[in-house]
Amino acid sequence: MTAPMNLLKAEGLSKSFRRGGGLWGSSSSHKAVDDVTFALKEGETLAIVGESGSGKSTTARMAMRLLDADEGSVHLLGKEITSASGKALRMLRKDIQMVFQDPFASLNPRMRIVETVGEGLRVHRPEMNRQQRREKVTETLALCGIGDEALDRYPHQFSGGQRQRIGIARALIVEPKVLVLDEPVSALDVSVQAQILNLLKKIQQERNLSYLFISHDLSVVRHVADRVAVMFAGRVVEQGAIEEVFEAPQHPYTKMLLAARPIAHPDQRTDNNGNGGLDRESVADSGCAFRLRCAFAQDDCTGFEASIESDESAHSCACLHPLDRS
Amino acid sequence: MADYSSDANRTQSLELRELSLSVPISGEHVEAVSKVSLTLKPGRVLGLVGESGCGKSLTAQAMLRLGEHQGVLREGGDILLDGKSLFSMHEEELRRVRGGCVSMVFQEPMTALNPVFSIGSQITEVIRLHLDMNRNEANARALKLLQDVGMQDAEAVLKQYPDALSGGMRQRVLIAMAMAADPAYIIADEPTTALDVSVQKRIIQLLRDLQRERNLGMLLVTHDFGLVAELADDVAVMYAGQIVESGSAEQIFNKPTHPYSRALMGCRPEVSAPGASLPVIAGQVPSPGSWPSGCHFAERCPLADSACLKPVAIDAWSDGEHQARCIHAETKIPEFEAVA
Repeated sequence: MTAPMNLLKAEGLSKSFRRGGGLWGSSSSHKAVDDVTFALKEGETLAIVGESGSGKSTTARMAMRLLDADEGSVHLLGKEITSASGKALRMLRKDIQMVFQDPFASLNPRMRIVETVGEGLRVHRPEMNRQQRREKVTETLALCGIGDEALDRYPHQFSGGQRQRIGIARALIVEPKVLVLDEPVSALDVSVQAQILNLLKKIQQERNLSYLFISHDLSVVRHVADRVAVMFAGRVVEQGAIEEVFEAPQHPYTKMLLAARPIAHPDQRTDNNGNGGLDRESVADSGCAFRLRCAFAQDDCTGFEASIESDESAHSCACLHPLDRS
Repeated sequence: MADYSSDANRTQSLELRELSLSVPISGEHVEAVSKVSLTLKPGRVLGLVGESGCGKSLTAQAMLRLGEHQGVLREGGDILLDGKSLFSMHEEELRRVRGGCVSMVFQEPMTALNPVFSIGSQITEVIRLHLDMNRNEANARALKLLQDVGMQDAEAVLKQYPDALSGGMRQRVLIAMAMAADPAYIIADEPTTALDVSVQKRIIQLLRDLQRERNLGMLLVTHDFGLVAELADDVAVMYAGQIVESGSAEQIFNKPTHPYSRALMGCRPEVSAPGASLPVIAGQVPSPGSWPSGCHFAERCPLADSACLKPVAIDAWSDGEHQARCIHAETKIPEFEAVA
């Protein structure tokens, strides 16, 4: 057996957006993602966690070319896809598919389920006729726990959890190797979330899929991921195996985020804000972006441009004064 | 006329008694909240937990008789402030209760503030509506309120407009406004749901500090057991329009008893082993109008039998203050237990 290969590899991804402006104002450029590198191996789940504005969704969109990067490259199954266009870009979508956060917005309300789910087959399996497509859709929906009575219905006839199952079936139908899951359970109720997490795990095992799992929810990430990359202000500040990062976080931001997790029982109540971070929401423009909120910041943090060495498997962190480095 | 606005300690309780509400669904009124009884007391936090569509927000709004202009109808029961029915109050008296004795903190800090007025003018408006203060006194109080809710640079924030503030700062402003008239009770509907985790923790801490310092009675409406674990003294679990279980936070977390509560507690990723299969409840929540005549949870419950087809009382199972609307509460359900 050979070592698992990197199915998806991103190197030095950066993306800026203009903000402000309007009719008379002057606009400025805001770096949403800055020098992000990661690799996703066969059969594993890599989670990208971060709060709003951290750049995690932008990173995911660049990884599957829904958005063009300003700098950096993405390799899918060893092929450089950053410059692919037209037919080549369509063909690579056979190997990488996406599941979106909002199951209410991501299905076309005017298309029947059989059309929505089967759409990818028209592009990637042109040899299939109508009947064959219908059979394939039925089979894929069944895998996702949706019966064939759904085929000729419309999205509004389904609950949020069912729509998310349909969204997963749509992504799976072309038999991709990689699924990019952008907050796939955060719009769902807890009991429905559990069903979808179980389903994703079952499919991953059956099909040896790789997941790039974008989430702000650390409990969900702890549950599903093998490895994790923590993003803050557009950069990866820490990455590593999930147990290592969760048990012994090195970056003060990771530690703060973990301390802010919801507790599971009233016995765990504490009377401080528990996170070792200062009570601010500011992001620094230069140096380490976290330094204004960091209880461990020192003078040298002002000139420090955080960046993680590209060794993708080790536990690493972009901090001059890391915690608990053992 | 009773003055409910400033003397928090004068009030004893705010109570829903067997309140039933109906909502218009495609032209017909359908029952959405069914005989809900809840009591808020000064100094206690009551967590009302449930999933979408269970009726928890309708219940919370009913505590102030809100929602009526959207067609919510009272089908039965009462709302009592110190024994006096809110339905017997005239408009002026009700207006003094709302935001005076009882105030609300909503989920959406992005939409609950008016974008065209400064923060200062929005806070002083509430102050002057409820307290007899001139402009200067109200301005001073607004500043004090913002400082009390931990706002940095409070003086500058007063002059700013909502779009200049982050989500966490807006939520602090809304909490400051809720405190404007020194209420005895706060109704907080998902007060942290729209916020980032690191900000959530600070808002939780703020709510806890304010609640203790001011001996507030709080109704905390949420889908999140984590928030309940952080703040609640007492808990009521709601499912399909009914309270299905109630008790102290310790009782509910140590021994969730109604099968629905057991499943809901067990399916949280934070209590199960990484990668383990999570407990799931078969089927879907029935919508208002298609509730079963007996136990509302029966069609999804592994324990259900023919006896569950009859209505079940909230005290069908009880242990002191701890009650559950279930006739099979003592039976184990292995598939609803988290794999730890």
